[in-house]
Amino acid sequence: MKSLIAQSHSLADPEVQLDVINNHSEKVKNFDKFQKKLNEIGLFPLLPTGIEIFQINVGYMCNMTCKHCHVDAGPDRKEIMTRETLEYCLEAIRTSGIETVDLTGGAPEMNPHFRWFVDEASKLNKQIIVRSNLTILDTKKFEDLPRFMAERGVEITCSLPFYNKRRTDAQRGEGTYEKSVKILKMLNEIGYGKEQEGLRLNLVYNPVGAFLPADQKSLKQDYKERLWKDHGIIFNDLFTITNLPISRYLNFLLTSGNLEEYMEKLVTSFNPSAAMGVMCRNTISIGWDGTLYDCDFNQMLKLRTNHGAPDHIKNWDLKKLNSREIVVNQHCYGCTAGAGSSCGGSVT
Amino acid sequence: MEKTYYNPDDLKKFGNVGDYQKELADKFFDYYGAVFADSSLSAKEKSIIALAVAHAVQCPYCIDAYTQDSLEKGFSEEQMMEAVHVATAIRGGASLVHGVQMMNKVDKLTM
Repeated sequence: MKSLIAQSHSLADPEVQLDVINNHSEKVKNFDKFQKKLNEIGLFPLLPTGIEIFQINVGYMCNMTCKHCHVDAGPDRKEIMTRETLEYCLEAIRTSGIETVDLTGGAPEMNPHFRWFVDEASKLNKQIIVRSNLTILDTKKFEDLPRFMAERGVEITCSLPFYNKRRTDAQRGEGTYEKSVKILKMLNEIGYGKEQEGLRLNLVYNPVGAFLPADQKSLKQDYKERLWKDHGIIFNDLFTITNLPISRYLNFLLTSGNLEEYMEKLVTSFNPSAAMGVMCRNTISIGWDGTLYDCDFNQMLKLRTNHGAPDHIKNWDLKKLNSREIVVNQHCYGCTAGAGSSCGGSVT
Repeated sequence: MEKTYYNPDDLKKFGNVGDYQKELADKFFDYYGAVFADSSLSAKEKSIIALAVAHAVQCPYCIDAYTQDSLEKGFSEEQMMEAVHVATAIRGGASLVHGVQMMNKVDKLTM
């Protein structure tokens, strides 16, 4: 499967995506604007609570082409963060006192400067999270990476959209479940997922279809039981993440005739408590070219930080960024529906 | 008259039944909400029971609603289909067990 951009698909254009989620039909047009919802609960303009997580998207290249990917990542994507931009990131981390560095992609491991950067960030004694698709670690080139990350205390947060083969492979491609199980076992063998070792291994659940995630606590218990019973796998935490209606997932919603219903579900499930805890309030997202965004989803829609805040890592200014106004649009309903959603799972 | 008896959009109008008889509708929907709340059985357990019952009573609205709800409660396709089989077994068994009545009658009528 090719990325939308490689297919010259209209939905590769962020402006088209925004137009679809705002104006696709009369029904979609009539949904309350997200800004209005925030206004009703006194949260507009949405302001940061203070940046605690420095999330770097080190490139859109990936060895996989998952059906729901909001990045439209894949082997055909060539956008990769340069060492120069990573050095700007290090400088920002060094001077800002931010404690968590979150590396995402694409497959972040595929950035040629990945090891160097993890080394440098670990010297700063930061909590480093790597968002791994697992299957990349099942390749010759990257097979030594788990030990490299373990030696540096890197937290691994990895995708496993369900505890069985059917749904995992339906979303991520045939054979993904078996490879994921193999790598999870290997991560357990080197100490990941074991409380006493201090090497955290977290799993990410994404609904495989047009529905909201299950209760995080209950699903974590199901995963724990099934993965232990079926494969002897252990892990620390499970994060449930709602699919936002952008990029390839938006394409799925359109082609399956689920867009209106899904948007309605997100809008009617708006939860003020979840809105209070959205991740853009304590996160800054850095794009592969150094552009700053309020979150990884805004990054994919090319909605850069605005309202006078710096919008490039070269102009990093923590004080200004901490007092910025967060850019919102209709996709934001995905983070405020039900129990809420963030890169760290539900927020309520 | 509509060309079909069932329209998926009608499910969203379920609450409108109160337009003609509010007091009873309010009582029903309050009761309905209480039934599906976490209690001695969890809301999750109740969802899969509802999915099975929806098939037993063959209510298309309920099947749509509780298929979605079961997915959102974290059930797998295999678990959902097993629930449908439970409904099927009970329905099938309900017919088959009447075979005993037939056998009783046969015993009485025949030599």
